[in-house]
This record gives sequence, C-alpha cells and structure tokens, in this order.
Amino acid sequence: MRHVIIGNSAAAVGAIEAIRQHDTENGITVISDEPHHTYSRPLVCHLLGELVTEDQMAYRPADFYDRHQVETMLGVRATGLDTQARTVALAGGGSVAYDRLLIATGGKPFVPPTPGVDLEGVFTFTTWEDARDINRYIEDQEVGSAMVIGGGLIGMKAIKALTARSIPVTLVELADRILSISFDRTASKLSEGILRRAGTEIYTGTTAKEIVGKDGRVDHAILQDGSKIPCDLVIVAIGVRPNLDLILPEPEKKTGIRVNRGIIVDEHMRTSAADVYAAGDCVETHDLLLGASRPIAIWPHATRQGHVAGSNMADVEKTYQGGFPMNSVDVGGVPTISVGLTDPRENPEEYEIMEKYDRDALTYRRLVLHHNRMVGAICVGDIDRAGIYTGLIRERVDVRPFKEHLLSGSFGLISLPKEYRKHMVVGDGIVV
Amino acid sequence: MKRIYVNEEYCIGCRLCEVHCLVQHSQSKKIIKAYKEEAPALMPRLVFEEDGPLSFAMPCRHCVDAPCLDACITGAMHRDHESEAVLCDEDKCVGCWMCVMACPYGAIQRSVIGHKAASKCDLCYGEEIPACVAHCPNEALTFEDRTPASEEAS
Repeated sequence: MRHVIIGNSAAAVGAIEAIRQHDTENGITVISDEPHHTYSRPLVCHLLGELVTEDQMAYRPADFYDRHQVETMLGVRATGLDTQARTVALAGGGSVAYDRLLIATGGKPFVPPTPGVDLEGVFTFTTWEDARDINRYIEDQEVGSAMVIGGGLIGMKAIKALTARSIPVTLVELADRILSISFDRTASKLSEGILRRAGTEIYTGTTAKEIVGKDGRVDHAILQDGSKIPCDLVIVAIGVRPNLDLILPEPEKKTGIRVNRGIIVDEHMRTSAADVYAAGDCVETHDLLLGASRPIAIWPHATRQGHVAGSNMADVEKTYQGGFPMNSVDVGGVPTISVGLTDPRENPEEYEIMEKYDRDALTYRRLVLHHNRMVGAICVGDIDRAGIYTGLIRERVDVRPFKEHLLSGSFGLISLPKEYRKHMVVGDGIVV
Repeated sequence: MKRIYVNEEYCIGCRLCEVHCLVQHSQSKKIIKAYKEEAPALMPRLVFEEDGPLSFAMPCRHCVDAPCLDACITGAMHRDHESEAVLCDEDKCVGCWMCVMACPYGAIQRSVIGHKAASKCDLCYGEEIPACVAHCPNEALTFEDRTPASEEAS
C-alpha cells in the first residue's frame, strides 16, 4: 500500500509523523511543486527581513524524510487527480498511484484585478520563492519605498520584513481599520498608532485603484481618491484562499470531491472521495465558535488536521473536532495575540465585553464572553499567559466564579476554581 | 514518562523551585553568579503562582498531545525521542509566541533579553531529577511516572 501526500508543509508533516507512528511498512510519497526540504512558510517574512538565514528555514531536521522513510518528489507539480484509477497526474507527464491520498495543497494568495498588478515589482508574499524574488528585486532595483496592500496578518508580516530592511512602507487597507478581521476597533487603532510611530504610513478605507509603472516596473500607486503614492515595490497581502487548483474546475463531477469554499472533510479529515483525505489551508472545517464550516487558514490547525488525517490513513482512528481562529503577530515590534471571536457583529447584545487599556504602557486586553463563557480574547503588548484564555475558550469553562480576576495582573491558573485547576495541574496532559 | 507533578496543598511558597531552576539553567551553575551576572537575561523556566496562603509552581506538563507542538511555526518546539519531553530549541526559535498563545497552562514564557525565545521547562535535561523537584523542601513537586501505559504517546 502507498500513502501519497500532495503538499510539503504543516499538514503534510503532521500526516507523515502520524502515519509513521502507526505504520512503518507502507511507502509514503510526498509531491510538492516547491523544490525545498519542508520549510516554515510563516518564516518567509523573517527571511526577507534578514532575521533568519536560509539554513534556518527548515521546519524539520535534514534527515526528516530518511528517518520517516519518505520518498520525495520535490519541484514536481501535481496537475490532476483521477479518483477512479487512483492516480495523481504530474506536470511533464507521468503519474503516481496511491492507495491513500492526502491533499495538503495549502492556500493561494488572492490578487485583485487591479490595473498594473502584472508589472514588475508587484509580488505576493507567502512562499520562499516570493521572499527570494522580492529580495532580488530590492537589491537589483535599489528599492527605496514600498506599498503593502492589505492590513491583515500577511500585511503585518510584510511590514515587519520591509521595516527590518529599512524600507519605508505605505500600507493601504480597504476596511476602515487594519487587522479588522482579528481585532476590535480599539486594538486596531492602537496597532495603527504603533505602526505609525515605527514609521509606516497608513491609509484606511481605501486601496490602490491602479498601480502605475515606468519602463514596465512599479513607479507609483493611485489610491481611490486619486492621490498618488510613489513606491518602487508593491506587496499584495489581501489574503489567501484554499488552493484547489489540483481538482478545479468542477471538482465534484471530475473527482467526487465535494468543495465549498474549501475542500469539505468529515471529522476524520476524509473527503467525499474514497481514500482521499485533505488537511490544512485547503480545507474547510467546523468553527467551534460560529458552529459553521469554513476555512480557518492557520498553522496550528493545519498541523493538527494533518496529524488526524495521517492517523486515519494508517488505520488508527482519530477525530478532529474543529477549531477557531487564533494568531500571534508582531505589530511594529509589539507582540499581539488574538483568539476566537474578538468582535462579534451578529447579535452583539448577547455578548459581554471586558477590557483593560493602559494608554501609557500601550497594552490592551479585551475578553469577549457569551453567557459567561469566553469566546474571544485580544492581547496587545501584554501577551503573557494568553494561552490560559485559549484553554478557557476551548473548554467552554463557565467563568462566573473567577470573572473578576480575568483581567487582573496576577491572573493565572491560581484564579481558576480549585477543581478545574487541580484537574489541570495534576493531569498528565491534555488533548486538544 | 516521568513528569513533574504539583501538589498545591504542600507548597509553602518558598520559591526555591524558581531559584534552583534558574541556577540549573545558568552558565555558572552558581547561585550568586547566576543572580548577579546572568539574570535578568536568565529566568526560571516554571511559573510560580501565589495568592495569599495558596501557592504552587507551574512547570510545562510535557503533554501527550501538546498544543505548543502544533502551534510552533519553526519546528523549534519538538518532542525528544528518548525522554518524550517537549523541548524548545532556543537557537531555532524566533519568538513568534504561537506557543504562548496555545499553551492552556500558561507554562511557556517569553525570554526577550538578547535572542527572543520561548522559555520553558526541559525537565533539566540530562539530570536524574529536575532541580525544582530536588530542592522542593516539602514534596510539593514530585517527579513520577503516573501515565497509564494506554495513554503513552506511541
């Protein structure tokens, strides 16, 4: 029997490790269009910012594939899937047969059809290749200023990298505030202030309606109000979508794999096609807080889903119960963490908000409660022990007995009810 | 595997666990030098909590199914094959604090002086008994193997 995995990042590695926990006999083949040993995509911002070297990009040690007996086909693009014949078609001809398949193709940056996005000097920013291309462009063209389109998480990372390279950045964000998906207004405005003080120009409520070139290269951008912003480089950081290239168009008709916004999977990470699993940023899963299925493209979920898929591929049953968004992001040198539903917009009257804002220390904490259970948390500046909030959200703990301590400076496990604390403190560990 | 267990009823709040943790992870391994020369860049790898008469130390649980391992973007956080401990390769860590966000025990701290890295219990790797346990005067911290065989990570 052969396990075939398309993709080579968090979900793929999670799956490889899980398969090999239970199955040391059957072959594993990893197919990836990227030529690299498994690397950390979130680190491409550190790489571009010259904060890590290329050697530090490896997500697993150099002997990872050998130790896990994995046959790699790196730099090889999977172009199609035949779920009847159970084969994966490869670019340049040829195919690989599978008995169990994992689709872990990740996300794909979304680029709007703005005039000028095909100019030289316009980049997306998710892969090692992107970082290399941008780096080369910065050096060859002596880039003196940059524009980042999109004030979300990738935008923050792009700003971090460019700022580390001493390249002044103009950020444009279509919403009326940055980080509008993961933060509330106060945290967004605080973050804008932090970035501005660190030298970033920010325009909200607008975007580039055109990128204008000179000799085929980016020269300036024109915002919706007609103002002209000079820039030598543009990074499009609007977001990622599930990468479904392998099975599009008409995935269900062609492969029997049901797709909504992402690939639809059950709690075993199985798709609707026999022996085909999917995990990571290409899938949609149950959002534990919203009670609906949607893509939540974050690293921890990809690893976990890969692990669950891998276990099931090796015939050891594991289930994935779902998750919720969470992220830890550096904003202009200030650490921030956001977890869960931080700014409920539907039926806001059902939620209780607790906040602590220290304008001098530039720290902010906001907790969102629904019927005395935490559903969201934001920490800006002061992020220590934020994971305790994550645990309370995941475990749906009734916080009434210790609500008044949630925002106190000494908040910790000591604030929790004795029984819950003892269960945690003496326990062997937890299962997420 | 052997883990550190916490009994808050026995903790007298002396904080010797913190002191000896810090010394054990110092260059000099000498208490005065460690505190005078190596701190504050050096910090205890467990969290000490105190509220009136109640106190306890909270070292990493080395979870069977550890959320920090899923969350780590660099691969710095890893499970040691021999000891099964969850360890952080601090050279590899870039201080993204995904583990701080993920750990429901709040047992991972930020070391931010010099190279930013996650700071956590390593069970005093290589020592027979972790320093905090060895120096706890009242057995509020113990080092035991309580895991039923069925729950061991296979």
